[in-house]
Amino acid sequence: MELAGLLTYGIFFLTLVGIYGLLALGLNVQWGYAGMLNIGVAAFFTVGAYTSAIITTAESSGHLGGFGLPFPVGLASAMALSGILALGVGLITLRLRSDYLAIASIGIAEIVRLTLKNEGWLTGGVRGMAGIPRPLAGLIPGYDATLYLLLVLAFVAAVYWANERAWRSPWGRVLRAIRENEAAARAMGKNSLLFRLQAFVLGAVVMGLAGALYAHFVRFISPEAFNPLFATFLIWVMLIAGGSGNNRGALLGAFVIWIVWSATEIFVTRLPEDLVTRAGALRVLLIGILLQVILLARPQGILPERPPRPERHE
Amino acid sequence: MIQVEHLSKSFGGLRAVNDCSFTLEEGAITGLIGPNGAGKTTVFNMIAGFIKPSGGRILFEGQDVTGFSPERLFSLGIVRTFQIPHEFSRMTVLENLMLVPPAQSGENLFSSWLRWGAVRREERDVRRKGEEVLEFLELTHVRDELAGNLSGGQKKLLELGRTMMTDAKLVLLDEPAAGVNRTLMGKLARMIQQLHRERGYSFCIIEHDMDLIAELCHPVIVLAEGRVLTQGSMESIRRDERVLEAYLGHSGAHETEGAA
Ligand SMILES: Nc1ncnc2c1ncn2[C@@H]1O[C@H](COP(=O)(O)OP(=O)(O)OP(=O)(O)O)[C@@H](O)[C@H]1O
Ligand SMILES: [Mg+2]
Repeated sequence: MELAGLLTYGIFFLTLVGIYGLLALGLNVQWGYAGMLNIGVAAFFTVGAYTSAIITTAESSGHLGGFGLPFPVGLASAMALSGILALGVGLITLRLRSDYLAIASIGIAEIVRLTLKNEGWLTGGVRGMAGIPRPLAGLIPGYDATLYLLLVLAFVAAVYWANERAWRSPWGRVLRAIRENEAAARAMGKNSLLFRLQAFVLGAVVMGLAGALYAHFVRFISPEAFNPLFATFLIWVMLIAGGSGNNRGALLGAFVIWIVWSATEIFVTRLPEDLVTRAGALRVLLIGILLQVILLARPQGILPERPPRPERHE
Repeated sequence: MIQVEHLSKSFGGLRAVNDCSFTLEEGAITGLIGPNGAGKTTVFNMIAGFIKPSGGRILFEGQDVTGFSPERLFSLGIVRTFQIPHEFSRMTVLENLMLVPPAQSGENLFSSWLRWGAVRREERDVRRKGEEVLEFLELTHVRDELAGNLSGGQKKLLELGRTMMTDAKLVLLDEPAAGVNRTLMGKLARMIQQLHRERGYSFCIIEHDMDLIAELCHPVIVLAEGRVLTQGSMESIRRDERVLEAYLGHSGAHETEGAA
């Protein structure tokens, strides 16, 4: 019984690590590769989750749709819509100085968050959306969660592969050059706007995918789960602690930080009564301290960025 | 090759470039000299598309290219270097060079995902070219160093090296020899001449080292306070009183020693 419980928790835990890992991989393309400061990760995560939920849930009076379409359609729509949102934000802000993107991305995240709460016809408002189907359910009775974990891990593997290939490719090289020195990259004929737009959209598509996978995992979503703390701050901590510019670092960061984050939850529940109300802030503080410690020991994160060495031939 | 017509640029109240007109001839190595703050770099920035002129226009091979973006001008064959080295610090020296060739198929992300074989074959060629340039610059031993770790002089060489990774028509060099030791400077001059001879590059060189200018450049254009003061051969410019005056300031014009 103990063991079974542990196993169930392990599967639950790893699925979330996989989803957060995807978010960190998406952010790595934007920040690690291209140096774009996206402080609105939550927006793309949310749009992904709600899009797939609306597409796949059964007809409901509580929100738009649902359209009852299959899971792959939901996933694809989530990625597409998140990408389109990024394209719009990118077209408006990428021409401006890079700090404007940071500000704009916060703004977008706020707009998305308020839409969730207030546009009940679309999102179900604070009541959220229930009955989101879990794919592969019932395929092997009793193994729903395990199957879903495998599905998530398959997506993690695919995105990891795509990211690594992009990192080693001339495309990634141009992005890093733009990150290092945009003027020089332009002097070398690279259309920095176009490349940064691509990186921004690609990252957002991955975040949208993560959102959809999250929705189908928890099966009930409400604005609570998408506050900037979970959906932006933690992702940044994961990437920076793990090592930005390093895809393994991003995944390792997601793993380590999620363990610590979960552990702080256990820790704060043991606090005296009067402190419990402030538990959330305390957890953030603990994570902040942990990040400081990691960065003091390893300023570039646990696994620092390494340029792809072109293999020597002959 | 380049015609600059009545070019002006103001920064706030300051007229950095003030009604400048001159021509860079095809096949020439033109020198651009003048005291600090004369507006030389600003002129380069306008020709290379980094700053929009406040007035006037720039023709390249007869075409009006005023206000074109840097990347567009690069594709037309105008390549520049920077006065302060603009290396890509956290990229290797070889990568700094491999970045440059235009229209690499792997710059398309989908090609990199789906046609990796073809991309890699192309990469091999680009790498070979990069290695040749490193050899030419005698930088082979730092091939895999991060460019940010190079010495100042090595960064200057790398700047020059990047211009050799593409088929440029006109290369704008902003103080290529500043901070470079004498031996290296001689080497640099030979490299520029070799590129000029073998690749048919035209050059425009900003430089404060008059020996280097005398060795390489004809004609030489003198800029002072945003205007073209004079132009001609280095000998004629050495003899020109006004040039000495410009370098020494108006009062010191008669105790002249060697600036020009
Ligand atoms: N972006 C800018 N903003 C404001 N002023 C500028 C800017 N760029 C140049 N200037 C001013 O324009 C004038 C010309 O500068 P520029 O860099 O073209 O001189 P230069 O001839 O290259 O000098 P040096 O030989 O010292 O490199 C200077 O007075 C400088 O302060
Ligand atoms: Mg200058």
